[in-house]
Amino acid sequence: MENIKFVIEKSARIDKLIEALYEKMPEIEADRGVLVTESYKATEGLPLVKRRSAAFAHILRNIPIVIRENELIAGSTTVKPRGCQVFPEYSYEWLEAEFDTVATREADPFYISEETKQKLREAYPYWKGKTVSDLAKANMAPEAYDVFMNHGIFTVGNYFYNGIGHVCVQYEKVINYGYEAIINEAKAELANLRLGDGDYVTHRNFLEAVIESCEAVIEYAHRYSMLATELAEKEHDMGRKMELKRIADACAHVPEKGARTFFEACQSFWFVQMLLQVESSGHSISPGRFDQYMYPFYKKDMDDGVITIEEAQELIDNIWVKLNDLNKVRDAASAEGFAGYGLFQNLIVGGQDIYGMDATNDLSYMCLEAAMHVPLPQPSLSIRVWNGSPKSLLVKAAALTRLGTGLPAYYNDEVIIPSIMARGLTLEDARDYCIIGCVEPQKPGKTDGWHDAAFFNMCRPVELVFSNGVDKGKQIGPKTGDVTEMKTFEEFYDAYKKQEAYMIELMVNADNAVDAAHAMRCPLPYQSCMVDDCIKRGKSLQEGGAIYNFTGPQGFGIANMTDALLAVKELVFEKKLVTMAEMRDALAHNYGKGLRGYDAEKLTMEIAEKVVANGSGLTEADIKEIYREVTTGEYLTAGTKARYEEILALIATVPKYGNDIREVDLFARDVAYTYTKEVEKYKNYRGGLYQAGLYPVSANVPLGAQTGATPDGRLAYTPIADGVGPVAGSDKCGPTATANSVAKLDHGIASNGTLLNQKFHPSALAGIAGLEKFVSLIRGYFDQKGMHVQFNVINRETLIDAQKYPEKYKNLVVRVAGYSALFTTLSRSLQDDIINRTEQGF
Amino acid sequence: MGIYDTQGRIFDIQRFSIHDGPGIRTIVFLKGCVLRCRWCCNPESQEYKIQTMLRAGKLETIGRDVTVREVMEEIEKDMPYYDRSGGGVTLSGGEALCQPGFARDLLCACHEHGINTAIETTGYAKREVLDKVIPNVDYVLMDIKHTNSKKHEAFTSKPNEIILENAKYIASIAQDMTVRVPVIPTFNDTPEEIRDIAKFAAKLPGVMKLHLLPYHRLGRDKYTGLEREYTLDNIEPMPQEKVNTLYEAASESGLIVQIGG
Repeated sequence: MENIKFVIEKSARIDKLIEALYEKMPEIEADRGVLVTESYKATEGLPLVKRRSAAFAHILRNIPIVIRENELIAGSTTVKPRGCQVFPEYSYEWLEAEFDTVATREADPFYISEETKQKLREAYPYWKGKTVSDLAKANMAPEAYDVFMNHGIFTVGNYFYNGIGHVCVQYEKVINYGYEAIINEAKAELANLRLGDGDYVTHRNFLEAVIESCEAVIEYAHRYSMLATELAEKEHDMGRKMELKRIADACAHVPEKGARTFFEACQSFWFVQMLLQVESSGHSISPGRFDQYMYPFYKKDMDDGVITIEEAQELIDNIWVKLNDLNKVRDAASAEGFAGYGLFQNLIVGGQDIYGMDATNDLSYMCLEAAMHVPLPQPSLSIRVWNGSPKSLLVKAAALTRLGTGLPAYYNDEVIIPSIMARGLTLEDARDYCIIGCVEPQKPGKTDGWHDAAFFNMCRPVELVFSNGVDKGKQIGPKTGDVTEMKTFEEFYDAYKKQEAYMIELMVNADNAVDAAHAMRCPLPYQSCMVDDCIKRGKSLQEGGAIYNFTGPQGFGIANMTDALLAVKELVFEKKLVTMAEMRDALAHNYGKGLRGYDAEKLTMEIAEKVVANGSGLTEADIKEIYREVTTGEYLTAGTKARYEEILALIATVPKYGNDIREVDLFARDVAYTYTKEVEKYKNYRGGLYQAGLYPVSANVPLGAQTGATPDGRLAYTPIADGVGPVAGSDKCGPTATANSVAKLDHGIASNGTLLNQKFHPSALAGIAGLEKFVSLIRGYFDQKGMHVQFNVINRETLIDAQKYPEKYKNLVVRVAGYSALFTTLSRSLQDDIINRTEQGF
Repeated sequence: MGIYDTQGRIFDIQRFSIHDGPGIRTIVFLKGCVLRCRWCCNPESQEYKIQTMLRAGKLETIGRDVTVREVMEEIEKDMPYYDRSGGGVTLSGGEALCQPGFARDLLCACHEHGINTAIETTGYAKREVLDKVIPNVDYVLMDIKHTNSKKHEAFTSKPNEIILENAKYIASIAQDMTVRVPVIPTFNDTPEEIRDIAKFAAKLPGVMKLHLLPYHRLGRDKYTGLEREYTLDNIEPMPQEKVNTLYEAASESGLIVQIGG
């Protein structure tokens, strides 16, 4: 039998809560949008930061509140489960334009009622020209704005349209001492202000905004206390009546004051977590080291015998459900980039304490257990792994991985701690890191990391090399010369670096423009009062109040660019099997597979103009026919198409990243440096450093759709490789080979995070021996200085789906007998055998 | 010429193998086998000569000659995983004992690198071959397929006397040995037959464990690829209840029985 620690029975309540949560499609609610508009209209004359706290207070006083059936912890940002509020102070035009399509779009649809639309239509005109987004646009250099908006080389869209989020605040400060303590701290600071200080005005305004925000939060909790009392009076079920009374008592006490029990600590935690997401629309509000700051309350209650482990687990499970109750509507394009209603509330367990000792405790295990009880996307559960991590914790994590929800993500202390120390963190702060959002490390409570500053598509600069800096008919990049005149690979690679470096500079310009716009339009006093040293400095996070300030834009496409550059090197320069002109044409014509969008229209016009120049007339039907042929590739001669096929076949023979081939992997390391080392040259608006990350979240799909063919044989408009992993299907030597290749990148320099996804068949994790071997795989990767890894475990349902829809699963690798194969290429009967084997688990 | 220059013929190196011995292992598949087991899931391993096989519509060359040095380069890549998992290298085949010099030198090279070694073997070899190879193996996984020699011959092409004798000898000199039984419907899938094998295995000195490997037909497509007939085509994988019954029968011997590798 498998002996896994902390297997705790799930309370029946949890499944009821989950069911109620997913009963209906999520809905957009108007309340916050209306209230913030009312408040802004009424506070025109006030200093900005006080307008922000006034708006926050106005919202908290008037927004409807509900306590959902069966829940033990109160606090919801919307009346409807999984609903969302809107934040017109950041941007609103996109939502107005999507009013009639947001419910039916493919990625993350939301229901919106006619009444809500009407209310928002009335509120929106006030915001014209006043949003963060409007100012960000005005702040940008025109060429940076043009490339961001029209050329898809990078996107700074997330913070351009939304709040920043991406922070882990001092939960422990609120849970232990309450907002009362923060108000007192602010008042003491106010009393200490010297009237002659140059920043007296801004400091005073900020502190008053903090006090107003904290008082509003306390008042808001009291509204819940009253609501719970009312509901308790009406309740006939005695058990439920007691639960409601307990909520009423708790909300009268926390988060105003310090929590007295584990239950109150949970309630206090929850108010912090949800209200950060009422003040601003930023996502990746990450609970961080929940197992650490909650532990003293759990320990005390257990020691005092006032709680059982099952009751504690039920409270944690309830928090897990509630983290899925929060939601956010994004514009259609961003929704594709963050598909799955993701809020990326990252919660991490295990790892070291500030003294370098192992920090694992009961709650570390119970958080993993909660993720088994509540198989939902939130929180993004993470685990810190270091040389001293207890094996039993890792085995339990592996058992969670085996369930196939993709959780937890594994992080390597041995890489991350030195990596962030190199960015200026103290040893103690570095040891106390948590993960924000997807994979970004930061010291909680001291950092404004701006971790999701941009996505940078590393494939686009190579297109610019072939076009001499022209995209969609416009010179947007430097002129690096006629590509067919280049004599050496070094010349070609230098041109790539030059194009990339220029685009990085434009991205930095765009990011700093957005950064400044947030400081100038949306400082957040509530969030800021829980991050050092905002109160002391008298500045919000957005104005540089944090101790550590970073900007982290992510580059992606390393695998494609490694394979692409090596293909050009070998086939064009070394073996001379393909001329540069042939490669350029093959790419321009998408290897004969047809063109789309701008490319298709442009070529259609070129062909049409030639026909007309030859003196023939053209009807509309003729042009339609030309266009059709352009989109299918039929316009090319058979000879040309055959040559493109030959070129693709030659490209396939060039060694690929992901197969543990040293020279290839070391080149990948160099390609990654072209991005990471360039990015870290820059400074941000808040006086902090730029630090690169290497991963696309899911932007590799939508941004891939805007990318032409690349010399690695990737067809135009298809996805770019995920994370720092190899191009899908090109790694053929198993998971250790893939991990070894990826480990050869310099993860330490990518201190905003790297991401490796691996796919597994559950048979690899069967039994305790399977779990232990799986842990060893992670250990082996981390020994070689990998930074992060997460796993998709393919279940039986996936295999059955792959039989039905093979086109969706072209890269699904399964272990057959003594070898692995692409599942979709196997005979039907063999597929059936493998499906049955999955069920039996051997 | 040192051990690293010794040449051998292999047809595959499979990394991240987790079902063939302790920990995470790299399996080196040596080409050539004396037996012709009808269920063999690696039929391309049986001939020593280099051959071609049609796989997923493509003609593949099966078999290549390599030196110990070349194989070690591949093996060493997964050192961190062997260290963390208590894994290492497993020689499989084919039958590794058919290339004793290469097998021995490869095993010695592994030991020089501090890598744990295992072998999957039919046990069909001369005594001097066993003396040459087995002392360099940390863990022997040996098949015993049937106690009845006639039936053994009918399904594997060879009688079993040499194998059973060698089982006793290998058990006496091996550091650690587990007996494996591929359980094949119509061949050895009755409780009596499994009980007999387990009884024999339990008497081998130092043998504590028995693995039952239920028949699967995942190698079937390869027979077509080699233009050979798959003679077990009408046999279905066993239902779980039957596997459980056989597990009970084998356990009567007192050995620790495990289903699967």
